[in-house]
Amino acid sequence: MKDVSLANLKAKAIELRQTAITMIYEAQSGHPGGSLSAADIITALYFKEMNIDPKNPNWEDRDRFVLSKGHVAPIQYAALALKGYVPFENVYKLRQYGSPFQGHPDMKKCPGIDISTGSLGQGLSCGVGMALAGKRDEKDYRVFAMVGDGECQEGQIWEAVQTAVKYRLDNLIVFVDNNRLQIDGFCEEIMPLQDIEMKFKVFGFETKRIDGHSMEEIVETLNQVKNMKNGKPKCIVADTIKGKGVSYMENICSWHGVAPNEKEYEQALEELAGGLRS
Amino acid sequence: MSQTEKAVIKKKATREAFGDEIVKLGKENQHIYVIDIDIGKSCKTGEFIKQLPNQHVNVGIAEQNGAGLAAGLATTGKIPFVSTYAVFGSLRMAEQIRQEICYPNLNVKIACSHGGLTPGNDGGSHQAIEDMGVLRTFPNMTVIMGSDYYSTRKLIKEAANTYGPMYLRFTRDAVPIIYDEHEEFVIGKAKKLRSGKDIAIIANGDTVYLALEAVKKLEEQGIEASLLDMHTIKPLDREAVLECIDIGRMITVEDHNILNGLGSAVCEVAAEEGRGKVKRIGVQDRFGESAPYEKLLEINGITIENIINTAKDMLNNHI
Repeated sequence: MKDVSLANLKAKAIELRQTAITMIYEAQSGHPGGSLSAADIITALYFKEMNIDPKNPNWEDRDRFVLSKGHVAPIQYAALALKGYVPFENVYKLRQYGSPFQGHPDMKKCPGIDISTGSLGQGLSCGVGMALAGKRDEKDYRVFAMVGDGECQEGQIWEAVQTAVKYRLDNLIVFVDNNRLQIDGFCEEIMPLQDIEMKFKVFGFETKRIDGHSMEEIVETLNQVKNMKNGKPKCIVADTIKGKGVSYMENICSWHGVAPNEKEYEQALEELAGGLRS
Repeated sequence: MSQTEKAVIKKKATREAFGDEIVKLGKENQHIYVIDIDIGKSCKTGEFIKQLPNQHVNVGIAEQNGAGLAAGLATTGKIPFVSTYAVFGSLRMAEQIRQEICYPNLNVKIACSHGGLTPGNDGGSHQAIEDMGVLRTFPNMTVIMGSDYYSTRKLIKEAANTYGPMYLRFTRDAVPIIYDEHEEFVIGKAKKLRSGKDIAIIANGDTVYLALEAVKKLEEQGIEASLLDMHTIKPLDREAVLECIDIGRMITVEDHNILNGLGSAVCEVAAEEGRGKVKRIGVQDRFGESAPYEKLLEINGITIENIINTAKDMLNNHI
């Protein structure tokens, strides 16, 4: 963990949001809504919490990150570009031929991606495998995974969850990016998830519920769970807003996978910069 | 063949080869893991569980998670063997194998018992007739079925020592032993069992023994047949197939649907070459039912007799 001030982290989160939106605008393709809802958590992980070395992306003792909701890759790419895993110019090459920034995370093309994802429901199982290896090899690294609330409609998520509990993987920390929206509408209408925190709890996870846009809460909760070597995997349900930070995108389903036009892009950057000043 | 002759044939299920070899490999290399999906008993992983519990995981009845977990283990340098029945190991986890194992080209082996029609009395739901064909279409994937206990053991060892995603298919039922235990096998290199000028027979898995018996009988009738044990259908030994194409007439034999398995792979080479005639013997694009394994082979024409008749038909009618 690095000693970084909350003010610095908040500024960094805005920079990540702007970078992700720029990527999607330049590509005229990508998923802005979920990228913005996940931005603050991704910032806290990459710029404070995770024990990683951009110069040595395959370092075997590093903390791992699994973006199970792989379609919000732009926000992870923004973190990787700003951390120096790849030259920053790659932000202008999202979804282009030969780019490390594929439409969905590809570990073979982009340093810093610990597992390729893109098909929902599958990444968490890979995270469980990594965490299990860490336990068996008596290593101290931790595995962070991010799943979407809509993604939890996939049965495989719960297969992975029960395995993490069985093998006492307290080195696994799962964030649910609980933005309440999926492609076709509100999760509540498409397929209600009921009490997502309670579901993880009764499966045997240690759970926390936070405001996923409060850097204070994110950092504080990560500090708390770090000291819980209680044999229980951790789940942090983060209530978030899809499209957070760009007024016309917030809570609007159609911004799941659409790129802004020039005018919308300029407004987005301006609004995000406004957040920086406040 | 007479009852007395039958009695002296030594038989062993190739799933036993997995159970025996994986313990040996696991002891030699602590990175080798077995991922069971509840059915370890019938997949013969019992000894591995007993001797190497720290290299074993049982995810319960959750194939998709088993495949994904194996991928995660592989990113840390482990060599996981995911063990289940072929029908589930190929189809229930097909997308996980594609997305999380083949796409990132991770070193995961899918090792499945109950291949082909061998789970006879379990019925059509449990007979894996499409598995090798489906997995053959995933980039980076290698697809293997050994023909007897000894060749299967050698191929499992080769698989453990060769990087990349692989699918290994075993029989539930006992099949005759063909090879000496010292015979060596190379993944992707066909084993030539006979050389003949009249016709070429290309078989794999549990059908190699049937093909070998057919070749012996053809010899008695003055027909010289070549015989290949094509244990690896991907990557296919193209050179070996080209030699068969030079002979002209080919019969493929497999315990798999005639669509998309060994027969199809051989036809692809022949069609691209624009030479050679191929007849495919295998499951006739139909689901199975509960019956003894031998009966199911018979229903589909996967028999010594049908191999002989097909060969004679091709020769007599100048096909």
